[in-house]
Amino acid sequence: MKTHIISSRLSGIILEEQTDLTLADLSRACAVHAERIIELVEEGVLTPTGDAPQRWRFSGAHMRRASVALRLQRDLGVNLAGAALALELLDELDALRARLRILGG
Amino acid sequence: MEFKDYYKIMGVARDATQDEIKRAYRQLARKYHPDVSKEPDAEARFKEVGEAYEVLKDPEKRAAYDQLGANWKAGQDFRPPPDWNAGFEFSGGGFTGGDAADYSDFFEALFGGRGFRPERGARAAYRAQGEDRHAKILIDLEDAFTGATRTISLRVPETDAMGRVHTREHKLNVTIPRGIRAGQHIRLAGQGAPGIGGGKPGDLYLEVEFRPHPLYRVEGRDLYLDLPVAPWEAALGASVTVPTPGGKVEMKIPPGSATGTKLRLKGRGIPGTTPGDFYVVLQVVVPPADSEDKKAFYRQMAETFRTFNPRAKLGV
Repeated sequence: MKTHIISSRLSGIILEEQTDLTLADLSRACAVHAERIIELVEEGVLTPTGDAPQRWRFSGAHMRRASVALRLQRDLGVNLAGAALALELLDELDALRARLRILGG
Repeated sequence: MEFKDYYKIMGVARDATQDEIKRAYRQLARKYHPDVSKEPDAEARFKEVGEAYEVLKDPEKRAAYDQLGANWKAGQDFRPPPDWNAGFEFSGGGFTGGDAADYSDFFEALFGGRGFRPERGARAAYRAQGEDRHAKILIDLEDAFTGATRTISLRVPETDAMGRVHTREHKLNVTIPRGIRAGQHIRLAGQGAPGIGGGKPGDLYLEVEFRPHPLYRVEGRDLYLDLPVAPWEAALGASVTVPTPGGKVEMKIPPGSATGTKLRLKGRGIPGTTPGDFYVVLQVVVPPADSEDKKAFYRQMAETFRTFNPRAKLGV
Protein backbone atom coordinates (compact mmCIF):
# COMPACT_ATOMS: atom_id res chain seq x y z
CA MET A 1 0.00 0.00 0.00
CA LYS A 2 1.46 3.33 -1.04
CA THR A 3 1.47 6.11 1.45
CA HIS A 4 1.18 9.74 0.58
CA ILE A 5 1.93 12.27 3.22
CA ILE A 6 0.72 15.75 2.76
CA SER A 7 2.84 17.81 5.05
CA SER A 8 1.04 21.09 4.67
CA ARG A 9 -1.54 21.70 7.31
CA LEU A 10 -5.19 21.64 6.34
CA SER A 11 -7.58 23.90 8.14
CA GLY A 12 -11.23 23.10 7.89
CA ILE A 13 -14.25 24.95 9.06
CA ILE A 14 -16.61 23.73 11.75
CA LEU A 15 -19.65 22.71 9.79
CA GLU A 16 -22.12 23.37 12.61
CA GLU A 17 -20.97 26.96 12.96
CA GLN A 18 -21.65 27.88 9.35
CA THR A 19 -24.65 30.14 8.82
CA ASP A 20 -26.39 31.93 5.99
CA LEU A 21 -26.24 29.08 3.48
CA THR A 22 -28.62 29.58 0.56
CA LEU A 23 -30.79 26.93 -1.08
CA ALA A 24 -28.21 26.78 -3.89
CA ASP A 25 -25.31 26.31 -1.41
CA LEU A 26 -27.13 23.48 0.33
CA SER A 27 -28.15 21.74 -2.92
CA ARG A 28 -24.57 21.91 -4.17
CA ALA A 29 -23.12 20.64 -0.88
CA CYS A 30 -25.54 17.69 -0.84
CA ALA A 31 -25.14 17.14 -4.62
CA VAL A 32 -28.91 17.08 -5.24
CA HIS A 33 -31.41 19.23 -7.12
CA ALA A 34 -32.96 22.09 -5.17
CA GLU A 35 -36.33 20.29 -5.34
CA ARG A 36 -35.03 17.62 -2.98
CA ILE A 37 -34.09 20.28 -0.41
CA ILE A 38 -37.44 22.03 -0.85
CA GLU A 39 -39.16 18.69 -0.12
CA LEU A 40 -37.18 18.40 3.12
CA VAL A 41 -38.28 21.89 4.17
CA GLU A 42 -41.91 21.10 3.31
CA GLU A 43 -41.73 17.92 5.38
CA GLY A 44 -40.42 19.95 8.33
CA VAL A 45 -37.03 18.19 8.39
CA LEU A 46 -35.24 21.50 7.78
CA THR A 47 -36.36 24.80 9.25
CA PRO A 48 -34.54 27.63 7.48
CA THR A 49 -35.07 31.29 8.31
CA GLY A 50 -36.65 33.47 5.61
CA ASP A 51 -40.15 33.31 4.16
CA ALA A 52 -39.53 32.19 0.57
CA PRO A 53 -37.13 29.70 -1.06
CA GLN A 54 -34.96 32.46 -2.55
CA ARG A 55 -34.62 34.05 0.91
CA TRP A 56 -34.16 30.83 2.87
CA ARG A 57 -30.98 30.69 4.94
CA PHE A 58 -29.67 27.41 6.33
CA SER A 59 -27.07 26.55 8.98
CA GLY A 60 -24.31 23.96 8.94
CA ALA A 61 -26.46 21.77 11.21
CA HIS A 62 -29.14 21.87 8.49
CA MET A 63 -26.56 20.70 5.95
CA ARG A 64 -25.71 17.75 8.15
CA ARG A 65 -29.38 16.94 8.70
CA ALA A 66 -30.16 17.15 5.00
CA SER A 67 -27.35 14.78 4.07
CA VAL A 68 -28.44 12.22 6.69
CA ALA A 69 -32.06 12.43 5.47
CA LEU A 70 -30.96 11.94 1.86
CA ARG A 71 -28.69 9.02 2.74
CA LEU A 72 -31.43 7.29 4.75
CA GLN A 73 -33.75 7.58 1.75
CA ARG A 74 -31.13 6.30 -0.68
CA ASP A 75 -29.72 3.46 1.44
CA LEU A 76 -32.73 2.19 3.36
CA GLY A 77 -35.46 2.72 0.78
CA VAL A 78 -37.57 4.75 3.23
CA ASN A 79 -39.69 7.61 1.94
CA LEU A 80 -39.40 11.22 3.03
CA ALA A 81 -41.81 10.84 5.98
CA GLY A 82 -39.92 7.73 7.14
CA ALA A 83 -36.59 9.55 7.00
CA ALA A 84 -38.10 12.48 8.93
CA LEU A 85 -39.39 10.11 11.61
CA ALA A 86 -36.00 8.35 11.83
CA LEU A 87 -34.24 11.71 12.26
CA GLU A 88 -36.56 12.74 15.08
CA LEU A 89 -36.02 9.43 16.86
CA LEU A 90 -32.26 9.74 16.38
CA ASP A 91 -32.37 13.23 17.93
CA GLU A 92 -34.26 11.87 20.90
CA LEU A 93 -31.78 9.01 21.24
CA ASP A 94 -28.84 11.45 21.16
CA ALA A 95 -30.45 13.62 23.84
CA LEU A 96 -31.04 10.57 26.07
CA ARG A 97 -27.49 9.31 25.56
CA ALA A 98 -26.12 12.75 26.49
CA ARG A 99 -28.32 12.75 29.60
CA LEU A 100 -26.98 9.31 30.52
CA ARG A 101 -23.38 10.53 30.18
CA ILE A 102 -24.06 13.46 32.53
CA LEU A 103 -25.39 11.06 35.11
CA GLY A 104 -22.10 9.21 34.83
CA GLY A 105 -23.53 6.22 32.97
CA MET B 1 -7.10 -11.94 -1.99
CA GLU B 2 -9.73 -13.38 0.30
CA PHE B 3 -12.79 -15.16 -0.96
CA LYS B 4 -15.98 -13.46 0.19
CA ASP B 5 -19.03 -15.55 0.97
CA TYR B 6 -21.78 -13.12 0.01
CA TYR B 7 -24.52 -15.52 1.13
CA LYS B 8 -22.99 -15.78 4.59
CA ILE B 9 -22.57 -12.00 4.83
CA MET B 10 -26.26 -11.56 4.03
CA GLY B 11 -27.26 -14.48 6.26
CA VAL B 12 -29.28 -16.19 3.52
CA ALA B 13 -29.20 -19.67 1.98
CA ARG B 14 -27.58 -20.19 -1.43
CA ASP B 15 -31.01 -20.92 -2.89
CA ALA B 16 -32.67 -17.86 -1.36
CA THR B 17 -35.21 -16.10 -3.56
CA GLN B 18 -34.59 -12.56 -4.80
CA ASP B 19 -37.31 -11.39 -2.37
CA GLU B 20 -35.57 -13.06 0.57
CA ILE B 21 -32.30 -11.43 -0.42
CA LYS B 22 -33.93 -8.03 -0.62
CA ARG B 23 -35.56 -8.50 2.78
CA ALA B 24 -32.26 -9.57 4.36
CA TYR B 25 -30.53 -6.56 2.83
CA ARG B 26 -33.13 -4.11 4.15
CA GLN B 27 -32.83 -5.53 7.66
CA LEU B 28 -29.04 -5.47 7.70
CA ALA B 29 -28.91 -2.01 6.13
CA ARG B 30 -31.13 -0.63 8.88
CA LYS B 31 -29.03 -2.35 11.52
CA TYR B 32 -25.65 -1.14 10.26
CA HIS B 33 -26.43 2.16 8.56
CA PRO B 34 -23.65 4.48 9.77
CA ASP B 35 -26.11 7.33 10.42
CA VAL B 36 -28.25 5.12 12.63
CA SER B 37 -26.07 2.43 14.16
CA LYS B 38 -23.81 2.77 17.17
CA GLU B 39 -22.12 -0.56 16.51
CA PRO B 40 -18.36 0.07 16.45
CA ASP B 41 -17.79 -1.55 13.04
CA ALA B 42 -21.08 -0.37 11.55
CA GLU B 43 -19.53 1.38 8.57
CA ALA B 44 -17.43 -1.62 7.53
CA ARG B 45 -20.37 -4.00 7.95
CA PHE B 46 -22.66 -1.68 6.00
CA LYS B 47 -20.22 -1.59 3.09
CA GLU B 48 -19.76 -5.35 3.17
CA VAL B 49 -23.52 -5.92 3.12
CA GLY B 50 -23.90 -3.36 0.31
CA GLU B 51 -21.27 -5.19 -1.75
CA ALA B 52 -22.92 -8.58 -1.15
CA TYR B 53 -26.28 -7.14 -2.16
CA GLU B 54 -24.81 -5.52 -5.26
CA VAL B 55 -23.91 -9.03 -6.47
CA LEU B 56 -26.84 -11.08 -5.21
CA LYS B 57 -29.63 -8.71 -6.24
CA ASP B 58 -28.52 -8.81 -9.87
CA PRO B 59 -29.42 -12.22 -11.38
CA GLU B 60 -26.53 -11.96 -13.88
CA LYS B 61 -23.87 -11.27 -11.28
CA ARG B 62 -25.39 -13.78 -8.90
CA ALA B 63 -25.28 -16.52 -11.54
CA ALA B 64 -21.66 -15.68 -12.33
CA TYR B 65 -20.77 -15.72 -8.64
CA ASP B 66 -22.61 -19.03 -8.08
CA GLN B 67 -20.60 -20.54 -10.90
CA LEU B 68 -17.46 -20.24 -8.73
CA GLY B 69 -18.96 -23.09 -6.75
CA ALA B 70 -20.06 -23.63 -3.19
CA ASN B 71 -16.74 -25.07 -2.01
CA TRP B 72 -15.10 -21.74 -1.30
CA LYS B 73 -14.91 -20.66 2.32
CA ALA B 74 -14.93 -17.05 3.48
CA GLY B 75 -11.39 -15.76 3.98
CA GLN B 76 -9.81 -18.47 1.80
CA ASP B 77 -7.10 -17.23 -0.56
CA PHE B 78 -8.76 -16.66 -3.89
CA ARG B 79 -7.68 -16.12 -7.52
CA PRO B 80 -10.41 -15.87 -10.13
CA PRO B 81 -10.06 -18.67 -12.70
CA PRO B 82 -8.99 -17.38 -16.14
CA ASP B 83 -11.97 -16.39 -18.27
CA TRP B 84 -14.14 -17.30 -15.34
CA ASN B 85 -17.01 -15.27 -16.69
CA ALA B 86 -16.76 -16.48 -20.31
CA GLY B 87 -20.10 -17.56 -21.63
CA PHE B 88 -22.01 -15.08 -19.57
CA GLU B 89 -23.65 -12.26 -21.30
CA PHE B 90 -23.68 -9.11 -19.28
CA SER B 91 -25.89 -6.19 -19.97
CA GLY B 92 -23.14 -3.95 -18.70
CA GLY B 93 -25.28 -2.19 -16.14
CA GLY B 94 -22.50 -3.06 -13.74
CA PHE B 95 -22.29 -0.70 -10.85
CA THR B 96 -25.39 0.93 -9.54
CA GLY B 97 -24.34 2.15 -6.11
CA GLY B 98 -22.66 5.48 -5.62
CA ASP B 99 -20.12 3.92 -3.28
CA ALA B 100 -18.74 1.47 -5.83
CA ALA B 101 -15.23 2.73 -5.09
CA ASP B 102 -15.49 1.16 -1.63
CA TYR B 103 -15.96 -2.41 -2.85
CA SER B 104 -13.38 -5.04 -1.95
CA ASP B 105 -10.54 -6.29 -4.13
CA PHE B 106 -12.46 -9.56 -4.38
CA PHE B 107 -15.44 -7.75 -5.93
CA GLU B 108 -13.14 -5.79 -8.23
CA ALA B 109 -11.40 -8.95 -9.44
CA LEU B 110 -14.72 -10.50 -10.38
CA PHE B 111 -16.82 -7.61 -11.53
CA GLY B 112 -14.44 -4.70 -12.02
CA GLY B 113 -13.42 -5.65 -15.55
CA ARG B 114 -14.96 -5.19 -18.94
CA GLY B 115 -18.58 -6.15 -19.32
CA PHE B 116 -19.66 -5.11 -15.88
CA ARG B 117 -18.32 -1.63 -15.89
CA PRO B 118 -19.41 1.00 -18.42
CA GLU B 119 -16.83 1.51 -21.17
CA ARG B 120 -14.46 4.44 -20.91
CA GLY B 121 -15.85 6.12 -24.02
CA ALA B 122 -19.27 6.20 -22.53
CA ARG B 123 -17.81 7.70 -19.40
CA ALA B 124 -15.90 10.55 -20.97
CA ALA B 125 -18.99 12.62 -21.51
CA TYR B 126 -20.03 12.05 -17.93
CA ARG B 127 -18.98 14.63 -15.43
CA ALA B 128 -19.76 14.49 -11.77
CA GLN B 129 -18.65 15.85 -8.47
CA GLY B 130 -16.68 13.34 -6.39
CA GLU B 131 -18.31 11.64 -3.44
CA ASP B 132 -18.01 13.23 -0.03
CA ARG B 133 -16.06 11.16 2.45
CA HIS B 134 -16.71 10.82 6.16
CA ALA B 135 -14.40 9.84 8.95
CA LYS B 136 -14.29 10.07 12.74
CA ILE B 137 -11.43 11.50 14.74
CA LEU B 138 -10.81 11.05 18.42
CA ILE B 139 -9.26 14.02 20.17
CA ASP B 140 -8.49 14.92 23.76
CA LEU B 141 -10.71 17.39 25.53
CA GLU B 142 -7.63 19.55 26.08
CA ASP B 143 -7.26 19.90 22.28
CA ALA B 144 -10.57 21.78 22.20
CA PHE B 145 -9.13 24.27 24.70
CA THR B 146 -5.89 24.99 22.91
CA GLY B 147 -6.49 23.89 19.33
CA ALA B 148 -4.20 21.16 17.93
CA THR B 149 -2.85 19.50 14.84
CA ARG B 150 -3.62 15.85 14.23
CA THR B 151 -2.39 13.50 11.55
CA ILE B 152 -5.19 11.33 10.33
CA SER B 153 -4.91 8.33 8.10
CA LEU B 154 -7.58 7.39 5.59
CA ARG B 155 -7.81 4.48 3.19
CA VAL B 156 -8.64 5.80 -0.23
CA PRO B 157 -9.57 3.59 -3.20
CA GLU B 158 -7.88 4.63 -6.44
CA THR B 159 -8.27 3.42 -10.00
CA ASP B 160 -5.07 2.91 -12.02
CA ALA B 161 -4.60 3.20 -15.78
CA MET B 162 -5.69 -0.43 -16.23
CA GLY B 163 -8.95 0.27 -14.46
CA ARG B 164 -7.97 -1.74 -11.40
CA VAL B 165 -8.74 -0.44 -7.96
CA HIS B 166 -6.14 -0.24 -5.20
CA THR B 167 -6.35 1.22 -1.75
CA ARG B 168 -3.80 3.75 -0.77
CA GLU B 169 -3.20 5.29 2.60
CA HIS B 170 -3.78 8.99 2.60
CA LYS B 171 -2.33 10.98 5.48
CA LEU B 172 -3.57 14.43 6.28
CA ASN B 173 -2.41 16.99 8.80
CA VAL B 174 -5.53 18.64 10.08
CA THR B 175 -5.81 21.65 12.34
CA ILE B 176 -8.35 21.07 15.08
CA PRO B 177 -9.97 24.43 15.71
CA ARG B 178 -10.09 25.69 19.30
CA GLY B 179 -13.58 25.45 20.73
CA ILE B 180 -14.68 22.40 18.76
CA ARG B 181 -17.22 20.19 20.47
CA ALA B 182 -18.03 16.49 20.32
CA GLY B 183 -20.41 15.65 17.49
CA GLN B 184 -19.35 18.61 15.38
CA HIS B 185 -17.89 18.13 11.93
CA ILE B 186 -14.79 19.65 10.41
CA ARG B 187 -15.35 20.16 6.71
CA LEU B 188 -12.26 19.99 4.49
CA ALA B 189 -13.31 21.25 1.08
CA GLY B 190 -11.98 19.26 -1.88
CA GLN B 191 -10.45 16.44 0.23
CA GLY B 192 -13.11 13.86 -0.62
CA ALA B 193 -13.14 11.48 -3.58
CA PRO B 194 -11.85 12.88 -6.89
CA GLY B 195 -14.44 14.05 -9.39
CA ILE B 196 -15.30 12.12 -12.54
CA GLY B 197 -14.61 13.58 -15.97
CA GLY B 198 -13.14 16.79 -14.63
CA GLY B 199 -15.81 17.27 -11.99
CA LYS B 200 -14.93 18.84 -8.65
CA PRO B 201 -13.62 16.58 -5.88
CA GLY B 202 -15.96 15.92 -2.97
CA ASP B 203 -15.42 17.16 0.57
CA LEU B 204 -14.07 15.35 3.59
CA TYR B 205 -16.09 15.52 6.79
CA LEU B 206 -14.40 14.66 10.06
CA GLU B 207 -16.71 13.96 12.97
CA VAL B 208 -15.07 14.90 16.24
CA GLU B 209 -15.32 12.75 19.31
CA PHE B 210 -13.55 13.24 22.63
CA ARG B 211 -11.62 10.46 24.30
CA PRO B 212 -13.27 9.75 27.64
CA HIS B 213 -11.59 12.01 30.20
CA PRO B 214 -10.60 10.67 33.63
CA LEU B 215 -11.92 13.80 35.39
CA TYR B 216 -14.43 15.67 33.28
CA ARG B 217 -17.72 14.78 31.66
CA VAL B 218 -18.74 16.81 28.65
CA GLU B 219 -22.22 17.94 27.71
CA GLY B 220 -22.26 20.15 24.63
CA ARG B 221 -19.97 23.02 25.58
CA ASP B 222 -20.32 22.48 29.35
CA LEU B 223 -18.02 20.40 31.54
CA TYR B 224 -18.82 18.55 34.75
CA LEU B 225 -16.42 17.58 37.53
CA ASP B 226 -17.24 15.53 40.61
CA LEU B 227 -15.41 17.29 43.45
CA PRO B 228 -14.81 15.37 46.70
CA VAL B 229 -15.16 17.55 49.82
CA ALA B 230 -14.84 16.87 53.54
CA PRO B 231 -18.05 17.08 55.64
CA TRP B 232 -16.80 20.22 57.43
CA GLU B 233 -15.99 21.91 54.10
CA ALA B 234 -19.56 21.26 52.95
CA ALA B 235 -21.15 22.26 56.25
CA LEU B 236 -19.07 25.32 57.11
CA GLY B 237 -18.03 26.49 53.67
CA ALA B 238 -14.46 26.55 52.41
CA SER B 239 -12.16 27.76 49.71
CA VAL B 240 -10.80 24.86 47.62
CA THR B 241 -8.59 24.36 44.58
CA VAL B 242 -10.35 22.90 41.55
CA PRO B 243 -8.62 21.49 38.45
CA THR B 244 -10.01 22.69 35.09
CA PRO B 245 -8.61 22.03 31.60
CA GLY B 246 -7.63 25.72 31.51
CA GLY B 247 -5.63 25.42 34.78
CA LYS B 248 -6.29 25.32 38.52
CA VAL B 249 -8.79 27.76 40.00
CA GLU B 250 -9.77 28.73 43.54
CA MET B 251 -13.40 28.24 44.34
CA LYS B 252 -15.62 29.06 47.31
CA ILE B 253 -17.91 26.36 48.64
CA PRO B 254 -20.90 27.97 50.34
CA PRO B 255 -21.80 26.87 53.90
CA GLY B 256 -24.60 24.30 54.05
CA SER B 257 -23.62 22.48 50.84
CA ALA B 258 -24.27 18.76 50.41
CA THR B 259 -23.53 15.88 48.03
CA GLY B 260 -25.05 16.77 44.66
CA THR B 261 -24.78 20.54 45.17
CA LYS B 262 -23.91 21.97 41.75
CA LEU B 263 -21.66 25.02 41.57
CA ARG B 264 -20.98 26.88 38.34
CA LEU B 265 -17.78 28.47 37.11
CA LYS B 266 -19.09 30.67 34.33
CA GLY B 267 -17.25 30.59 31.02
CA ARG B 268 -14.76 27.91 32.09
CA GLY B 269 -16.20 25.25 29.78
CA ILE B 270 -15.20 24.74 26.16
CA PRO B 271 -14.07 28.11 24.73
CA GLY B 272 -15.84 29.90 21.89
CA THR B 273 -17.85 33.00 21.12
CA THR B 274 -20.29 31.71 23.73
CA PRO B 275 -17.98 29.71 26.00
CA GLY B 276 -19.44 26.83 27.97
CA ASP B 277 -19.62 26.67 31.74
CA PHE B 278 -17.77 24.46 34.18
CA TYR B 279 -19.92 22.68 36.75
CA VAL B 280 -18.59 21.31 40.00
CA VAL B 281 -20.77 18.64 41.58
CA LEU B 282 -19.93 18.14 45.25
CA GLN B 283 -19.41 14.67 46.69
CA VAL B 284 -19.13 14.64 50.47
CA VAL B 285 -16.51 12.09 51.51
CA VAL B 286 -16.67 10.59 54.98
CA PRO B 287 -13.27 10.33 56.68
CA PRO B 288 -12.55 6.82 58.00
CA ALA B 289 -12.83 6.20 61.73
CA ASP B 290 -9.56 4.32 61.85
CA SER B 291 -8.25 5.28 65.27
CA GLU B 292 -9.61 5.45 68.82
CA ASP B 293 -9.72 9.27 69.00
CA LYS B 294 -11.52 9.45 65.61
CA LYS B 295 -14.09 6.90 66.75
CA ALA B 296 -14.59 8.91 69.91
CA PHE B 297 -15.14 11.99 67.75
CA TYR B 298 -17.84 10.23 65.66
CA ARG B 299 -19.56 9.06 68.87
CA GLN B 300 -19.54 12.58 70.15
CA MET B 301 -20.95 13.75 66.81
CA ALA B 302 -23.80 11.26 67.09
CA GLU B 303 -24.51 12.66 70.53
CA THR B 304 -24.47 16.27 69.33
CA PHE B 305 -26.64 15.52 66.26
CA ARG B 306 -29.15 13.40 68.17
CA THR B 307 -32.16 14.86 66.29
CA PHE B 308 -30.62 14.40 62.83
CA ASN B 309 -32.35 11.67 60.79
CA PRO B 310 -30.63 11.11 57.44
CA ARG B 311 -33.58 8.86 56.39
CA ALA B 312 -36.34 11.34 57.24
CA LYS B 313 -37.46 11.44 53.61
CA LEU B 314 -37.94 7.66 53.59
CA GLY B 315 -40.50 7.94 56.40
CA VAL B 316 -38.53 5.73 58.78
